[in-house]
Amino acid sequence: MNVAIVDYKSGNISSVINSFKEVAKDRVKIEVSSDLNKIKSSDKVVLPGQGSFKSCVDALNKIKGLTDTLNEFAITKKKPLLGICVGLQMFADVGYEETETKGLGWISGKVSKIDNQNGKFKLPHIGWNQINIVKESKIFKDIENNSHMYFVHSYEFIPNDKKVISATTDYSTNIVCSVEKENIFGTQFHPEKSDMIGLKIIDNFINL
Amino acid sequence: MLKNRIIPCLDVKNGRVVKGINFVDLKDAGDPVEQAKIYSDGGADEICFLDITASNENRDTIYDVVEKTSKKCFVPLTVGGGVRSVEDINKLLNCGADKVSINTAAVENSKVVIDSSKKFGSQCIVVAIDAKKNGDKWEVFTHGGRNNSGIDALEYAEQMEKNGAGELLVTSMDRDGTQVGYDIDLMSKISSKVNIPVIASGGVGNLDHLVDGIKLGKASAVLAASIFHYGKHSVKEAKDYLDSKGIPVRI
Repeated sequence: MNVAIVDYKSGNISSVINSFKEVAKDRVKIEVSSDLNKIKSSDKVVLPGQGSFKSCVDALNKIKGLTDTLNEFAITKKKPLLGICVGLQMFADVGYEETETKGLGWISGKVSKIDNQNGKFKLPHIGWNQINIVKESKIFKDIENNSHMYFVHSYEFIPNDKKVISATTDYSTNIVCSVEKENIFGTQFHPEKSDMIGLKIIDNFINL
Repeated sequence: MLKNRIIPCLDVKNGRVVKGINFVDLKDAGDPVEQAKIYSDGGADEICFLDITASNENRDTIYDVVEKTSKKCFVPLTVGGGVRSVEDINKLLNCGADKVSINTAAVENSKVVIDSSKKFGSQCIVVAIDAKKNGDKWEVFTHGGRNNSGIDALEYAEQMEKNGAGELLVTSMDRDGTQVGYDIDLMSKISSKVNIPVIASGGVGNLDHLVDGIKLGKASAVLAASIFHYGKHSVKEAKDYLDSKGIPVRI
């Protein structure tokens, strides 16, 4: 089996690569690539994302044909895809970081700044927070409710259809921190930085 | 609920740990990778490396250390010391650092913080402020505490937030190495001034100091070096203690 981590030259993905390689060992091949054919032929795709919503969307669009390839992979062929952090946020129709920017539109909704209640809550939301699992998700197999995950973000994904939400976390409000819609998975937290419990989520995704 | 973080810091010189955990069963007490792994296995919320390599020809040793550590530790890794440019930051991130802390370069050239936070995102840019009290204010020092910039630390903190820093690592130079506790006044004043998280550093001698840093200093995270070295306290002991004092920690 092949898992492709999409390298679209946005932000630092070495931690994602290291964690997937640690979990995969020799049983699964981890490819790091922006090559469209490699992405097409892989069994699963990981879409990381760091920086702003706009910078990530711009970086995706800079690679000719990449968005189409991802659309074909996730929407037409319905193969498993995991978005991490801004990778998840880009599933939305639109994001409001820096300026209004169109997302991939895979899961209807928007990405807005977390309401910090006039400075009561510091932003970015950085550190370990507990997840509240609200629906069964395949990537949460053997993950206990209220497990701690590592977060770094100032914006949150607000999906229109609440049924896609698989977990939330409490920071100022109930922030959506994990979604599952058919073959599309996403985490706002960083499983690659969430110690052994995070690696378990990666393992679950690889084992889908 | 967001938990307060405990961050053990290791001083690394020429690729070797200078002070560190001194366990009898440790194979190589100078190996930063092994020490970092002990901390992360023990529940450290993040690991911090401070590179204190003095000579230029050995500066590349830190990249090798970061690369090896990031393949073994799956909690955030912050690296600081001698970071001069956007290119230095790029190299450290590519080696597997999750955040880079910038000290002297942030004072000398505001573009480093502005450009790097735009390029890599604020989440990986930590500005380290070394502050020393002078009368009723604090001044920012650079070059490992040798040079006084004369800049007011509170105003500087606010400016760094505007420039794009994701976090501030505030070290009291008056307290650093004294083990009498954080400069609570400094921490709480900076923390109230900015909207980004503050990591308190400098002066921890016992576990109550960690409690004070969070409760009184309003820090989001506490960084300590010597109390975790030589087995004085484990990270787990520190967390259990904070928990017993009603401070939310990841256990």
